[in-house]
Amino acid sequence: MATVSAPKQVSVKEDAEALRKACQGWGTDEKAIIAVLGRRNAAQRRQIRHVYEEIYQEDLIKRLESELSGHFEKAVYRWILDPPDRDAVLANVELKKSGNKHHVIVEISCTKNPEELLAIRRAYHARYKRSLEEEVAYHTKGDTRRLLVALVSAFRYYGEEINTTLAKSEAKKLHEAIKDKKFGNEDVIRILGTRSIAQLQATFNCYREQEGTSITKNLPKDSSDEYIAMLRMAVRCLKDPKKYFEKVLRRSIEGIGTDEDALTRVIVTRAEKDLKEIKELYHKRNNVPLDKAVDKETSGDYKDMLLTLLGNEV
Amino acid sequence: MALPVDIEALDKAFSGIGVDEKSLISILTNSNEEHKRSLRKGSSKLFIEDENGFERWDQSSIKILKHQFNRFRDAVVLSLLHPWERDARLIEKAIRKGPKHYNVIVEVACTRSSDQLLGARKAYHSLFHHSIEEHLTHIKGRERKLLVALVSAYRYEGTGVNEDVAKSEAQILYEAINNGDKNKLLDHEDAIMILATRSKQHLQALYRHYSQSYGKTLAQDLEGEGILKDTVECLCTPQTYFTRVLEAAVKEDADEESKRALTRVIVTQKEQLVQEGFVPNKIQDILLGLYKDFLLASIASGDIK
Repeated sequence: MATVSAPKQVSVKEDAEALRKACQGWGTDEKAIIAVLGRRNAAQRRQIRHVYEEIYQEDLIKRLESELSGHFEKAVYRWILDPPDRDAVLANVELKKSGNKHHVIVEISCTKNPEELLAIRRAYHARYKRSLEEEVAYHTKGDTRRLLVALVSAFRYYGEEINTTLAKSEAKKLHEAIKDKKFGNEDVIRILGTRSIAQLQATFNCYREQEGTSITKNLPKDSSDEYIAMLRMAVRCLKDPKKYFEKVLRRSIEGIGTDEDALTRVIVTRAEKDLKEIKELYHKRNNVPLDKAVDKETSGDYKDMLLTLLGNEV
Repeated sequence: MALPVDIEALDKAFSGIGVDEKSLISILTNSNEEHKRSLRKGSSKLFIEDENGFERWDQSSIKILKHQFNRFRDAVVLSLLHPWERDARLIEKAIRKGPKHYNVIVEVACTRSSDQLLGARKAYHSLFHHSIEEHLTHIKGRERKLLVALVSAYRYEGTGVNEDVAKSEAQILYEAINNGDKNKLLDHEDAIMILATRSKQHLQALYRHYSQSYGKTLAQDLEGEGILKDTVECLCTPQTYFTRVLEAAVKEDADEESKRALTRVIVTQKEQLVQEGFVPNKIQDILLGLYKDFLLASIASGDIK
C-alpha cells in the first residue's frame, strides 16, 4: 500500500499557483513545495505540471531544478516525474556511472510487473532516443551484460500457473550451476530471464526443499565479483521485493553516514506502491519505525520531504 | 471415354498452387461413371492400378491434395486473424516444427514494428500461457540465443543514428565474420547484441558502412549462414528477403513449406507488395482457383489502408 497521503480532490490550479508563489522572490519556500508535491499522486502531479506550464509558460521541473539543490532537489526531481519516466531517468544515470552495481536496472526489471517494465522501456525511447536494452548492452559486458539484457528485455507471462516438475528440474539446474561456480551459465540466465514470477517462486521453493537452504544463502555474499553480487540482487528481487527493499533501506541508514541516493530511490519509487508494507518489515526487523530512523539520520528540507512521502505531517 | 483434354484438365486443376475449383466442377459433374473410370485410368499421377482390379488413389497424392485444398482456407484464416494472434500462432508453429522453420520466427521478430512484435508477445501469453522466450528456451539448437534476443527486442523507432557507432559496429561484425570462427558466429555475443538491440535505422546505417568499408554487403558476407543472413536481410533489406522467399515458393521443385510461405508473405506483407518487382510474375501462372483470386486481390488492394 502507498504511504503518500494524496487527497482525492485537489485543485491543480491552486497547486500550480502555490508552487509558483513558493519559487518567487528571493528565497524558495521549500515547505510549501513539500506540502503540495509531497501530497499528490502521479496523476495529480502530472496535471499540476501541465497546468503550471499553461499558466506560466515554463516547465515546472526546470524551475524547481534551478531553485532547489542537494539531496532535497534530487528527491523532488525524482518524485515529480511520472513513474515510468523516473525509472528511465534513474536507469540512464546509473548506466552512465562506471563501476556501479546496477541496482536500478536490476530493481526495475525484477520488481516491476511486465506492463510497468514495458512502460519504462517506452519512456526510455521517448527520452533518450534509444532502447534501454541497447544502452545496457553498450555499457556492460560479459556475464553482466547477458544477464542484464535478458532481464530488461523480458516480457514475462503474468499467469499464476505453475509446473511443479519443471520447477524441480530448474531448481536442480540452478543448484548445479551454483555448486560448479558457473554463475553465468546459460541455464541461470535462461531461467531468471524468461520464467514467469509465479514459476520462479515455485522454483525457489523447490530449491529450498531440495537443498535445505534458500538459494540466496547459497550465493556468495559480499562477493567482489560484480556479476555475482548483481546475480544475488536479482534473485532477491525476484524472490521477495519488499524484503529486498527493506534491506536496501536498512543498509542505507545504518552505520556511519547515510546513502541518500539509495534512501531517496527506495522511498520515492515505492511510496505509491508498497512502502507501507516495507515500513512494517523495517519496524519488525529493526525495532524502530522507519520514520524515526529517517528523522534521526537526515535533516532539513530533505528530511521533511522524505517524512512527508512516508505519510507524515511535517 | 474421357477425352485426353479432360484428363489433362484434371491433372492441371491440381498442378499449381491452389486448386482450380471451376475446372473440377465442370469436369466431374459432367462425368458419368464410365467417364470417371477412364479419367482415373488416364491419370497416372493420381491413381495406380490395384491388384484387385480397380484404380486406387495414390497415397502421396491424397496428402498433396489436402495441402492444395487447404491453401484457400489458410489464406482466409491468416487474413482474418488479428495480426497479434496471427504472428503468435506463426511463431508457435515454427518453434514446434523445428530448425527448418526458424526463419519464420526471424521474419516475424524482425519485420514487424516494435509495437506489433509486442502485441504478438502479449497474444502469445493469452494463447499459450507462456512467453515466447520460455518456449524458445526449450529448443536445443545454437540458434536459440539469437532467436530469444530477437524476439525480446523493443527497438527504438525514431530517427537519429550515431554514424560513428554504426561504423565501428560494422567493423565488429566484419571481424566476427572474417577473422573469427564462422561456425561460432551464433555464439558471438557482441554480434548478437548489435543485431538484437539496435534500432533498424541504426542497423541500416551499419549495413551501408559495411558495404562502403569492405566492398561487399553484410548479407553477401553471411551467405550460407542461414538464419543470420535472414536476420540481417529482414532488418536491413526486407524486400530482398521477401522476394527470395516468394521466388522459392514458385520454383519448379518447391517443397510444401516453401509454397506455404506464399500465403504467409502475401497476406502479412500486402501493403509492401504493391511495389513493383516484389512479386514474381510467375505467380499469375502458377496460382489456381479461389486461392489465386484471394492472393491476387490481396496484392491489388494492398494500398488500401
